[in-house]
Amino acid sequence: MADISKDQVKHVAHLARLDITEEEAEMFTDQLSSIITYAEQLNELDTTDVEPTTHVLDIKNVLRKDEPKKWITQEEAMKNAPDQKDGQYRVPSILE
Amino acid sequence: MSLFDYTIKELEAKLHINEITVQELVETSYQRIKEVDGDVHAFLTLNEEQAIAYAKQLDESSERNKSLFGMPAGVKDNIVTKALRTTCASQFLDNFNDPLYNATVVEKLNNEQVVTIGKLNMDEFAMGSSNENSSYEPTRNPWNTDYVPGGSSGGSAASVAAGEVLFSLGSDTGGSIRQPAAFCGVVGLKPTYGRVSRFGLVAFASSLDQIGPITRNVEDNARVLEVIAGHDPMDSTSADVEVPAYTEALTGDVRGLKIAVPKEYLAEGVDPEVKQSVLEALKVYESLGATWEEVSLPHSKYAVAAYYLLSSSEASANLARFDGVRYGVRSENADNMIDMFKKSRSEGFGEEVKRRIMLGTFALSSGYYDAYYKKAQKVRTLIKNDFDSIFETYDVVIGPTTPTPAFKIGEKVDDPLTMYANDIITIPVNLAGVPGISVPCGFSEKGLPIGLQIIGKHFDENTVFRAAHAYEQATDHHKQRPQLGGANA
Repeated sequence: MADISKDQVKHVAHLARLDITEEEAEMFTDQLSSIITYAEQLNELDTTDVEPTTHVLDIKNVLRKDEPKKWITQEEAMKNAPDQKDGQYRVPSILE
Repeated sequence: MSLFDYTIKELEAKLHINEITVQELVETSYQRIKEVDGDVHAFLTLNEEQAIAYAKQLDESSERNKSLFGMPAGVKDNIVTKALRTTCASQFLDNFNDPLYNATVVEKLNNEQVVTIGKLNMDEFAMGSSNENSSYEPTRNPWNTDYVPGGSSGGSAASVAAGEVLFSLGSDTGGSIRQPAAFCGVVGLKPTYGRVSRFGLVAFASSLDQIGPITRNVEDNARVLEVIAGHDPMDSTSADVEVPAYTEALTGDVRGLKIAVPKEYLAEGVDPEVKQSVLEALKVYESLGATWEEVSLPHSKYAVAAYYLLSSSEASANLARFDGVRYGVRSENADNMIDMFKKSRSEGFGEEVKRRIMLGTFALSSGYYDAYYKKAQKVRTLIKNDFDSIFETYDVVIGPTTPTPAFKIGEKVDDPLTMYANDIITIPVNLAGVPGISVPCGFSEKGLPIGLQIIGKHFDENTVFRAAHAYEQATDHHKQRPQLGGANA
């Protein structure tokens, strides 16, 4: 049985940049524990000599020449931004 | 009879002799949407003004040689459309009204003069199997609006089934095209991994995601794939493999076709009505000169567990881009930047999306990576090897698309694991990266469609289409149309 504590869930939420309520922390503690327990059935399989698959096809690194080309303008890049100033994204202060 | 009961080829002929106009086709779409979408909720955004104007322009044009000239289509809302709102059915992107570019698949449809009718509802960020995770009104099954249409491409399947568009595009990470196609009684293909460019598809799990067509018949499906398939310099995972003329594979001839039927796909947990429909489909194949044998894909039962670890891990990384800085809805209640990230994401994401980000972040976090993520990748290898060895002897693998027909709205929302188990027969196909199609193969006693899944070798969509088409032409299931309505529909 996977034993995931509420503190662990809160830590994971912080890593994932999610703000969760006390009730959500409890719900996710239960649900993640049961999902992880379910996932632990994979341990029935001996995979010592099995290579992991990250990609099903034999795909190689794709490189292209570093040539400048037109994509979008600065103005276009800004037009969906929630907040901006002088052609730059504006965010709340980083330092307290 | 609706114009959308014709195939693309038949409509093309009608357009050619001026029996119909593109404008009539496009108005057929919007008329039907006005009639039924208040019940079905397949669409999130309509493109009506631009679509009608474009239809008129096409009607005036003397050049009519493009392969999808004037065909009205819907696009799943996780596929980016320039200047047309793209939300992924998430509140986070509720205001994303002005995307800067088209996904490659959309460019390809545009090049063939398809008319984009609108954007289709889905489970938020493609995470779900019922469309109940849409942050807007959930899509309902046109065969019976008390039931789910499946997911995550529920709007894509329901819109085609309800006759709102001629065809649609969906995306499939663990069954998200095939399962809703089965639930809604239409044809849905997940192509081989790498067959179709994902440039402009909002990424969920990058090692699994594929875009594919949903249509009312196999011929149309092959025709749309011909257009959207192919290598794309903008997607380094798209494969540089020649695109055959898929429609030419539809010979109706399956004599000598060797079919493998995994016993795990008809095991306990598969509804007797579903099993019966599949066995009857196999008899049809026998009568057409194909042969089938029972085989084993021994690692099938581990697929769901491996899938949820892998897909959630990849999702937790992919969804990190939603930070409220460059686009999307930013929380107004934040004191500093980290707080802004957290509040924007928490206010913008629904519960299932948070659950998967949490699971993925946990599985990738220090100390757990080897035990969960890497272990799942190794099990993925075993599942892929299962398919490789079957395909040394057989041409296709056939089974049901889903263990049961559509379930009722609300029936599984409280238990994520029960919901996840619904994808048990579609998930191995994504893990192995092979192509799979769902075609209608019957109806339950309650009148809900049942889907037959045909799985092929990497890049052998030709054989998958040929097998699907021969079965379809020998049966009438694909000619049935839903009556919209409540319990007695």
